Amino acid sequence: MSEPVVVVGAGLSALRTAESLRKNGYNGPIRVIGEEKHLPYNRPPLSKQALSGGIEPDELAFPHRASISDVEWTLGVEVVSSDFRSRTLTTDDGATISFGALVIASGIRPRRLPIPGPQDGRVLLRTIEDAHHLRNRLSAGVRLVILGSGFIGCEVAATARGLGCEVDIVSLDSEPMIRPLGADLGAGMREHHEQHGVRFHLGRTITEFTGKDQVSGALLDDGTHLEADLVLEAVGSVANTEWLEENDLDLSNGVLTDGYLSVVDSPVPAVAVGDVARHPNALFPGGTMRIEHWNMPTDMGKRAGSTLASLIAGEPVAGKPFDSLPSFWSDQYDQNLQSFGIPGAATGYEIVEGSYRGDCIVEYHDSSGVIGVIGVNRTAELLPYRKKLLARHP
Amino acid sequence: MITISVDTNMCNNYGQCCFEAEDIFALDDDGVLQFVPQADDSRLDELENAADACPMQAISLTQS
Repeated sequence: MSEPVVVVGAGLSALRTAESLRKNGYNGPIRVIGEEKHLPYNRPPLSKQALSGGIEPDELAFPHRASISDVEWTLGVEVVSSDFRSRTLTTDDGATISFGALVIASGIRPRRLPIPGPQDGRVLLRTIEDAHHLRNRLSAGVRLVILGSGFIGCEVAATARGLGCEVDIVSLDSEPMIRPLGADLGAGMREHHEQHGVRFHLGRTITEFTGKDQVSGALLDDGTHLEADLVLEAVGSVANTEWLEENDLDLSNGVLTDGYLSVVDSPVPAVAVGDVARHPNALFPGGTMRIEHWNMPTDMGKRAGSTLASLIAGEPVAGKPFDSLPSFWSDQYDQNLQSFGIPGAATGYEIVEGSYRGDCIVEYHDSSGVIGVIGVNRTAELLPYRKKLLARHP
Repeated sequence: MITISVDTNMCNNYGQCCFEAEDIFALDDDGVLQFVPQADDSRLDELENAADACPMQAISLTQS
């Protein structure tokens, strides 16, 4: 194969897949095309240390192994369409790029809600530029309204309170982070935020932004008006799959892959990795998942690089199907949450140590047994619970 | 031989590295990371996995 492996997207999953291609014997050309101007960098600190000033955003780049020193990085260029039959991509600068095999690593973008009113003063948090912008505007006394009570919203709330901002969180949910945490742990975390001065407006949404050219407030659906200097919209994400349309792929909630992360129904060797991929997981059989946890790009990149190297070589795919245990962490004030498994998919949960209002360990289950565990300030004690989840393996 | 170093200014004691190489990385009773600073070359894969798994990217490896 003379045409390169083209990786669309230049985040962590792109980096790990390129490394894995090399490790698994693919020595041909690799070209990465990324919409952002930056080499792959670590995003989680963007809502925490990079906002509070502990880490400069520019210090977040991942180190590169020597094995990928010859990878060609084309940055600041967006792939806008693809044709799998002719094995070509089109970019927003009008170029056509040929590929021999494809790595789909185009990630996600923040969901936007069509709310009327001025645009200036509405901010998102996904990129280094977003973090720079937000950091420059957060200071003591600034009134920040956060739309959404997921992890990004709650982490920014904690960071912003630390900087002396006034913080209101508006969310349709009945408790913050309720989908992964459940109502009880969500309520416990809400109380921590309230003790630190965050005001919640739960079961509510914003119907209109007020102000002339610049947002000066947010009108809620119960008529409440919140004064605001800045509004962070953190209401989930959308998978970046538009460029893959018209190739007869399953693009419902991300790109569907098989158990080895090979793209289903692709006529060319192609894998999908990271936030954009919807995939089976051998630890949790019976369905597919698209998981935005931090460990997934690394684990998926390792599996997908091996898969793609085999497909390119015309050999059977070797090794185990993808079976990574999803994991995330979150820091809010002095609360450190760590999660393993898929607590968001649980039908029930029970507290096994501590209390929901303090440090604790909560196990999450469905009809197949325990599928997730979350600890609050219990990192060292989580090890046996994590092993129990890994033991689900058939 | 592989020399392991951890940037303690960056390390937040998340413990993800401990899952990849339990005999090299561990959290002590106070939840603070302790680690063995050198390991045999045969451990490279596990150590690379541990370095990759660090949320703060605080682990670096040097082979000599």
